[in-house]
Amino acid sequence: MPEITYRQAINDALAEEIERDENVFVMGEEVAQYNGAYKVTEGLYDRFGEDRIKDTPISEAGFIGMGIGASMLGLRPVMELMFWSFSYVAFDQIVNNAAMVRYMSGGLTHVPIVIRGPANGGTNVGATHSHTPENFMAHTPGLKVVCPATPYDAKGLLKTAIRDNDPVYVMENTLLYGNKGEVPTEEYTIPLGHAQVLREGRDVSLIGHGRSILTALEAAGHLAGEGIEAEVVDLRSLRPLDIDTVLASVARTHRVVLVDENKPFCGVSAQVSHMIQEEAFDELDAPIRRVTSLDAPAIYSDPLEREQLPNPRRIQEAVQQVLEDAPRAAG
Amino acid sequence: MAEIIEMPKLSDTMTSGTLVKWLKKEGDTVTNGDKLAEVETDKATMELENFEDGVLLRHYVGEGEEVEIGRPVCAIGEEGEEAPDAAGGGEGGPSEAAAGEETAGKEAASPTEEAAPESPLIPAEPAAETTASTGRRKISPLARKLAEEHGIDPARLTGSGTNGRIVKADVEKAVAEGVPAASAEPAPASAPTAPARESVREIGPPPAPAPTPVPQLESREEPVSNMRATIARRLLESKTTIPHYYLEIEVDMGPLLDLRQSINAGLADLPPEQGGARFTVNHFFLKACAEAIRRAPAINSTWAGDKVIRHGEVHLAFAVAVDEGLVTPVIREADRKGLRQIAMEANELTGKARQKKLTPAEMSDSTFTLTNLGMFGITSFFGIINPPNAAILSIGATVEKPVVVDGALAVGRRTTLGLSADHRVVDGAVGASFLQALQTVLESPSVLLV
Repeated sequence: MPEITYRQAINDALAEEIERDENVFVMGEEVAQYNGAYKVTEGLYDRFGEDRIKDTPISEAGFIGMGIGASMLGLRPVMELMFWSFSYVAFDQIVNNAAMVRYMSGGLTHVPIVIRGPANGGTNVGATHSHTPENFMAHTPGLKVVCPATPYDAKGLLKTAIRDNDPVYVMENTLLYGNKGEVPTEEYTIPLGHAQVLREGRDVSLIGHGRSILTALEAAGHLAGEGIEAEVVDLRSLRPLDIDTVLASVARTHRVVLVDENKPFCGVSAQVSHMIQEEAFDELDAPIRRVTSLDAPAIYSDPLEREQLPNPRRIQEAVQQVLEDAPRAAG
Repeated sequence: MAEIIEMPKLSDTMTSGTLVKWLKKEGDTVTNGDKLAEVETDKATMELENFEDGVLLRHYVGEGEEVEIGRPVCAIGEEGEEAPDAAGGGEGGPSEAAAGEETAGKEAASPTEEAAPESPLIPAEPAAETTASTGRRKISPLARKLAEEHGIDPARLTGSGTNGRIVKADVEKAVAEGVPAASAEPAPASAPTAPARESVREIGPPPAPAPTPVPQLESREEPVSNMRATIARRLLESKTTIPHYYLEIEVDMGPLLDLRQSINAGLADLPPEQGGARFTVNHFFLKACAEAIRRAPAINSTWAGDKVIRHGEVHLAFAVAVDEGLVTPVIREADRKGLRQIAMEANELTGKARQKKLTPAEMSDSTFTLTNLGMFGITSFFGIINPPNAAILSIGATVEKPVVVDGALAVGRRTTLGLSADHRVVDGAVGASFLQALQTVLESPSVLLV
């Protein structure tokens, strides 16, 4: 299986879907002639022309609204946000219109739109460019949200998102665009709402999504050196959420550390924590602990921002804490 | 509208109280000032006073249950009114109340069951004990489930998790090593083998092969009472944070014992209205300590971190052994009271202590403490300082022993006094001058009468 970058995996998914379905087109700031702010759409304008790859003015509210209108008429727009942080200027379109049209039309009108782009901190670009609004989006009935962590998932989930008849928001990560991973050359898709166990372990479940789960995987490697077997569960899709895979893991380990680049208050992990205690109360041997971004605007200082985001050391400390909360059987 | 009566805060350090006994039953008419129940706090057993007029509609907790401050204990309303559910706050409230109800129901029903000899196999699991033993103990949900599956009473487990929380590993350890099952009823005679017991070994007397003539000791585990927990906490804090040092002095008790005998001979048989009284050696020690503190007041201090408090009053605490441990009632302003007053107060406080009726106020604000093990024949010892005191006096037994008086051997009556003092406040010389003053006063006891 060839190894390609996360960026290339998205590019391939876009190209394949544009070829497969004439209704699919890409629209966003600098996606066409400039090949994308992060070069995700590189080469697509040359290959597919201006009917399928559209540059837009710098007006998220305007062009996202245009995309929603197009999707209501049967097209399948894939909108690029240069940063998901800029979704805030188009909040009404993204959260109010896109999410509500199907319901308010009595199911007569679908909104098969995809909005994708990076949603991450950790790049020292300042507080207004570092938001992770997956919790805002997943909060809203009518919206679907996926956060691929690997090239394989990025391609498979994006293709499924494009084929879905409801708005699906794909949260990528600028720090992952250069990551390489195995991606099959043959056609595949990944259904929404399927979490994945990235590493098996019996002592604690590390559960999260996006780049954080890769950080958790790294921490799990360090923990293994200390004789602690951490299971790592990548949610992949936040809504729909595969709580069954999460609960099965909790039933194996009985200890939970949630890892989340969201801020702690009303973050994704707060929801997951609630669902675990509700569905698997009797499986818990210790209080659920979380490693989230520290509750402050993204810190501009590079070293401080690295400490603000979940990192392996903070995850390892949280694991040690749950093992103190509920020590393992001696011997 | 019914009023829900909640567990009040009956002492400064109280976080929960054990409802020892209901004094009013459900359906009883109650008025302002009635005592509803007896509540054991970390310091004393106190009465829960009622401020409502009406009918006690419902008990939310059973006798023996521990109740956090602010949680509902009962409801008072108008006759015939339905008692509200105990919606008194956070998690577990209503369900606990429901559990209590269920318990009460089962208890009420049990005589009927016992009266039916043809059904001897009705499970006799003591519901009340189960409720109480799982009540507020910290246990992880998983451990609770496992304990239930194995029939293990969590009250008998020691938690290894944070704040002593019982976790899965503790239950598994208990299963492996054996802890009595929650239901310790003897197996019915018709079922000689009890397969469920195989993995759970009971601690207790093994079935004796032949009648044993001597009663044997039994192993058992007892829950820690509020008082025991308080003693443990305070004395551990004292012994681990206060730099104790120890001084000892021998006192000639002859003059004091003679004085006491003479006073008692004159007063003990008189009726109280004519001044009848009987004085114990302890009464004299209390008075002598107050007097000696006046002469060496630096002992009457408290280390307060960034300052030393020199107390302007002498509040004397004295240790009284009670069933579950000990308490230290306080005679306030003992330096301003005569022997008779001190004796009267000491007697009253000792009586209250034995009945666990001391109020927190009667055990607060001591500045110095006395403890006496002389009645057990202990000749000398050193007590642990009772914070925030700076010292404690330990009184041993008075013994007859050979002594040298004016170069000749004589029979003396001597008591050894031990002083444990806090070196942060009381240096050795200060402690010594106090003991010396005490010795002087005890050996010239007539000063205690003025």
